Amino acid sequence: MSYVLDFSFMADKWPAFVAGAWLTIQLTVVSISLGFVVGTVCGLVRVYGHPLLRRLVGFYVEVIRNTPLLVQIFIVYFGLSSLGLKLSAEVSAIIALVVNMGAYTTEIMRAGIQSISRTQMEAADCLGLNRLQTIIHVVLLPAMERVYPALTSQFVLLMLASSITSQISAEELTATANLVQSDTYRSFEVYIVVAVVYLALSALYRFAFWAIGLVLFARRRRLGTALQ
Amino acid sequence: MNHIGPNQLIYLVEAARWTILLSLIAFAGGSVLGLALALARVSKIGALRLLASGYIQVIQGTPLLIVLFLSYFGLGIMGYKLVPLVAAGLSLTLYAGAFLGEIWRGCIEAVAKTQWEASDCLGLNRFQQYAYVILPQAVRLAIPPTVGFMVQIVKNTSLASVIGFVELARAGQIVNNSTFEPFVIFTCVAAIYFALCYPLSLAARALERKSHAAK
Repeated sequence: MSYVLDFSFMADKWPAFVAGAWLTIQLTVVSISLGFVVGTVCGLVRVYGHPLLRRLVGFYVEVIRNTPLLVQIFIVYFGLSSLGLKLSAEVSAIIALVVNMGAYTTEIMRAGIQSISRTQMEAADCLGLNRLQTIIHVVLLPAMERVYPALTSQFVLLMLASSITSQISAEELTATANLVQSDTYRSFEVYIVVAVVYLALSALYRFAFWAIGLVLFARRRRLGTALQ
Repeated sequence: MNHIGPNQLIYLVEAARWTILLSLIAFAGGSVLGLALALARVSKIGALRLLASGYIQVIQGTPLLIVLFLSYFGLGIMGYKLVPLVAAGLSLTLYAGAFLGEIWRGCIEAVAKTQWEASDCLGLNRFQQYAYVILPQAVRLAIPPTVGFMVQIVKNTSLASVIGFVELARAGQIVNNSTFEPFVIFTCVAAIYFALCYPLSLAARALERKSHAAK
């Protein structure tokens, strides 16, 4: 094999990669946060909501989970703009990622919320907690604690999936890679670099969610064990 | 300017055949790789376990899109020019293998330890233990999550469009380039994906319920 790996382009291209990675982080932090809110609300609706709303949320979840993110992004970016709603690539990317994240989070949170026994809420009632307090402290936090591993791996998957937004030229990490490789013709090296950056990012995200989990779930009960 | 009509829809549906073919390739390749990885992950040899889990970590920590670019543009520049179908099939195989390997490892480990011990007592060797005792039980556990993962494979074949392979998503772009009705067209594309994936999702759920009921 005569091919020699040459990473010398990194000497003057590294700021582009840093900028790309930074935009990836921004995009994903925003869409994970918003998507989590959407998913949590939809999860609550799916379990406790009006039957009609429940149906509606179910429809939303099924449609999103059974179509590719790439097509969802195209519908938001090209589709909405043809209907007259002109959005920038970044905003379209965030909308598509939030909608996508929301659907997956709904399913995960629904499972968590359904696992909270009714007696927990009756007990909260007896203790004089109001509705909001009950939902936050008795339903949502314990529910989230149970499904936290599933939730975090979904978050990391979303971060990886955000690479797809490069297809509508949101200038995140993958788009940066495409740009640099068309500049330097070193596609193999460029994508290896980007793969390593994504690996580092997923390690970073896992660590961050683990740390958040420690703060959020102070009882540090072993995840997955039954609530008494 | 063309408008979307029966011809365009037929074109999309025909392109969906390539989506199905690519999914089948990815599933077949991914199954072989996934089984090897799952067995390596529960192997007695430490090096094999390490290698398999390293591979899974790397693939699950990088976007499929990057793997796709590496195998299409990257290998191309190194002198191994793959046609888009092969590059996409290869990338999806690598991707599906890593995820199926993790799923199946869980299923193998879920088989009760006493089954290993009993088959040991009966004098079965390691191969016989797997072939006659462990895997048949693991397969039953594995079917629902595997069917569920097939949905992911079908959806991820849409990424093959970025290296120019004309499957459903790419066909949607091509039709859009001549009709300029992206909302309608990509909604049709999404509907076709939905028609492919939803039955799989329903099947996965039904199988899961059945296996829970059996317990």
